[in-house]
Amino acid sequence: MPNNEFAKIHATQLEGQMMVDVLVIGSGGAGMVAALSAKEAGATVAILGKSYPTRSQTSMAQGGINAAIGEEDSIEQHIADTLKSSQGLASEAAVEKLCRDGVEAVRWLDSIGVPFSRTEEKKIAQRRLGGASAVRACYAQDYTGLKVLHSLYDTCVKEGITFYNEYFLLNLIRQTDEKGKVTVGGATALNIKTGEVEAFKAKTVIMATGGYSRIYQKHSTNATGSTGDGLAAAIRAGAKLSDMEFVQFHPTGLKNSSILISESARGAGGYLLNAKGERFTDELQPRDALSRAIAEEIEKSGEVFLDIRHLGEAFIDHELPQERKLAKLYENVDPVHELVPIKPVAHYTMGGIAVDADSQTAVSGLFAAGECANHNVHGANRLGGNSLLELIVFGRQAGENAAKTAAAIEAVIEDPEQLKKDQNFVQGVKYFTNQIDFYEKRYFIGNIFYNNAGIKRNDMGLKAVLGAIRQIQKELPFMGPKDKSKSYNTNLVEFIEFGNMVELAEIMVVGAISRNESRGAHYREDIPDRNDTVYGAHTISWREDGVLCVDFLNKF
Amino acid sequence: MKIEIKRYIDEGEVHEERLGYEVDLEGATLLEMLTEIKTKQDATLSFASGCRSSVCGSCAMRVNGKEVLACAYKPQEGDVVEPLKNMPVIRDLVVDMQKALDFTKVAKAWAGESDAAVALSEEDAAVNELQSDCILCGSCYSACPVYEVNGEFIGPFALTRSWRYVSDKRESDVAGKIEAVQTNGIWDCTLCGECVPVCPQGIAPKSDIDMLRNKSGILGYMDPKFVGGFGGGLDFGAPSF
Repeated sequence: MPNNEFAKIHATQLEGQMMVDVLVIGSGGAGMVAALSAKEAGATVAILGKSYPTRSQTSMAQGGINAAIGEEDSIEQHIADTLKSSQGLASEAAVEKLCRDGVEAVRWLDSIGVPFSRTEEKKIAQRRLGGASAVRACYAQDYTGLKVLHSLYDTCVKEGITFYNEYFLLNLIRQTDEKGKVTVGGATALNIKTGEVEAFKAKTVIMATGGYSRIYQKHSTNATGSTGDGLAAAIRAGAKLSDMEFVQFHPTGLKNSSILISESARGAGGYLLNAKGERFTDELQPRDALSRAIAEEIEKSGEVFLDIRHLGEAFIDHELPQERKLAKLYENVDPVHELVPIKPVAHYTMGGIAVDADSQTAVSGLFAAGECANHNVHGANRLGGNSLLELIVFGRQAGENAAKTAAAIEAVIEDPEQLKKDQNFVQGVKYFTNQIDFYEKRYFIGNIFYNNAGIKRNDMGLKAVLGAIRQIQKELPFMGPKDKSKSYNTNLVEFIEFGNMVELAEIMVVGAISRNESRGAHYREDIPDRNDTVYGAHTISWREDGVLCVDFLNKF
Repeated sequence: MKIEIKRYIDEGEVHEERLGYEVDLEGATLLEMLTEIKTKQDATLSFASGCRSSVCGSCAMRVNGKEVLACAYKPQEGDVVEPLKNMPVIRDLVVDMQKALDFTKVAKAWAGESDAAVALSEEDAAVNELQSDCILCGSCYSACPVYEVNGEFIGPFALTRSWRYVSDKRESDVAGKIEAVQTNGIWDCTLCGECVPVCPQGIAPKSDIDMLRNKSGILGYMDPKFVGGFGGGLDFGAPSF
């Protein structure tokens, strides 16, 4: 986009005029798909992101994107595998949409230039990932997410989509019309470069800000930005969150750095070995069961390794080049000749902003897609290859519906209250006393979550975490950014991110304490059985007058 | 271990200096060190980071004058860390990439109308496999000396991205894409190759530019400098090129 166009649009924005029909918050895979489809549906669109579009978490997806395009596979099998993995917590209709639309989603990605690996028969190459009954994941080496993301970005540039990069979401703007109906009217954001708080007005908003795995800090595969800002803003604005206690652990993070070693390493025939060098489990189980098996083995024998030596150097360099590079850099081992030390780490958050079958949240005009949303397709455990698929299928749906809804809205009502509040907050937060270091607390939360609210949980451990989080909530005013400067204050951004994580941490733990059963990624060692009678239901969280409420809602 | 970081901030008045930090971390990457400094010693240090695994391109910077990804570099005693070149520094190690990124639009680096009837083979897919590994970190852009003389140069990564789509067998608008890189594009590159060793993904933009030049030649374009090279010595009566 030419800079002068940017300046012009921005000037109109600041004059307080109606700006865009659809504001997309989050510039990763889901956000860009949503923006493209909203634009195709005739809406004016802008994307707001806290970083640059190609720097999102989507870049890190490696294994592939599921689509039943193989001869040995069928949409029905894909649906069955996904439902099975969800442990009764997915919506059959949503899963059916995901799997049916998957075939077209991959065809579309191919048409916008995603360089999928190919077979000798000139077809898109596929590999088998854990929990899949057939070879199903379409891939581009082990850079699938990177290549999907960049092709989406190039397409957005082609379509002239407006990006507001390095804008950090603060809050959604709510507005009340003459009939008293509350709808979303845009968002406030911190312009990271200038330090100013600005308002972005829109008829509808799509939240596509990604997951919240960074609560686990150094025990997460995720990029530093996966702090759940969109979920936190959504619940503050009246949306509901669901199934927040379900956090998927990836079985194979590097032991020291938690950097992801793709499931494709096991899909290709990699073994898991214990400290004695013995295989101890089926490497292609779903991620929840495998993570537990590894965690137990680490408790028992001290260490677990990934062994891909037998795959050979040529294969590793061609199919798993990223894995080799990362193992060398972060663990100082060459997987061609050596064992790679691993541990399960927080990877994907199944919980998210509750949406209906149209991607609409509980706040009128607010839609959500991608990892920040819960479309009830993953349930208690997500299958590898379904997250990239989800962001295409539901990103597209959110875009279309947000555009449609926006078309029926005439104007956005002038309401500068939220902007003023957030400007005051950003000013005021710099005067917090700083007696307590929030970075220390952030580190502490990561550890206590990994140990007590991670792969295995129990009532006492979870209640200890809740106590700690409640204490930290009280201490927030004694923390704050040490950096008082205005321009590009990442210390300030990280403090607000920390606040968002604390907000979500409480909701996750309350959900985990309330769910007195074991299901998928939520494993309670004190209650190891699944209880469909009481908990075959979604955990729904919302705030009423600032008070956190949690309830179970029967599957819809 | 002591490393030095070039600091820059513009808060009404510009403040610029090189500050030394003592960090005690065994075998850490530069990004881990910077994070340690920010969270334990000096919260005002600003830098960008994301994936920690060399695929998001956020943490490109310069160490001792050479572009690296901080998450893939192991620091040495006395290293001097600076922001990327050829882009405005916003603060400390953070640069504004917007103008650089906008050159992909100038180059029309996207899939045009792709022909679904063309089936790609393994070999066809391998043609631009490497180019599509680009992570938009900006290292090549920073290392490119052409920006000293031409701020509008489309630049190495945008041209690599152009070749990535031009070389796709399914692309139906090769001519349009080639035309887009004629001005401030492929002919302005000096083929010095500075962009090649700094690419964390092992891409050689210089070679891609060479490929675009060949393709341009096939489509009837010529190096404008070469055209000028006649120097008017022989006038065949044709209107000027």
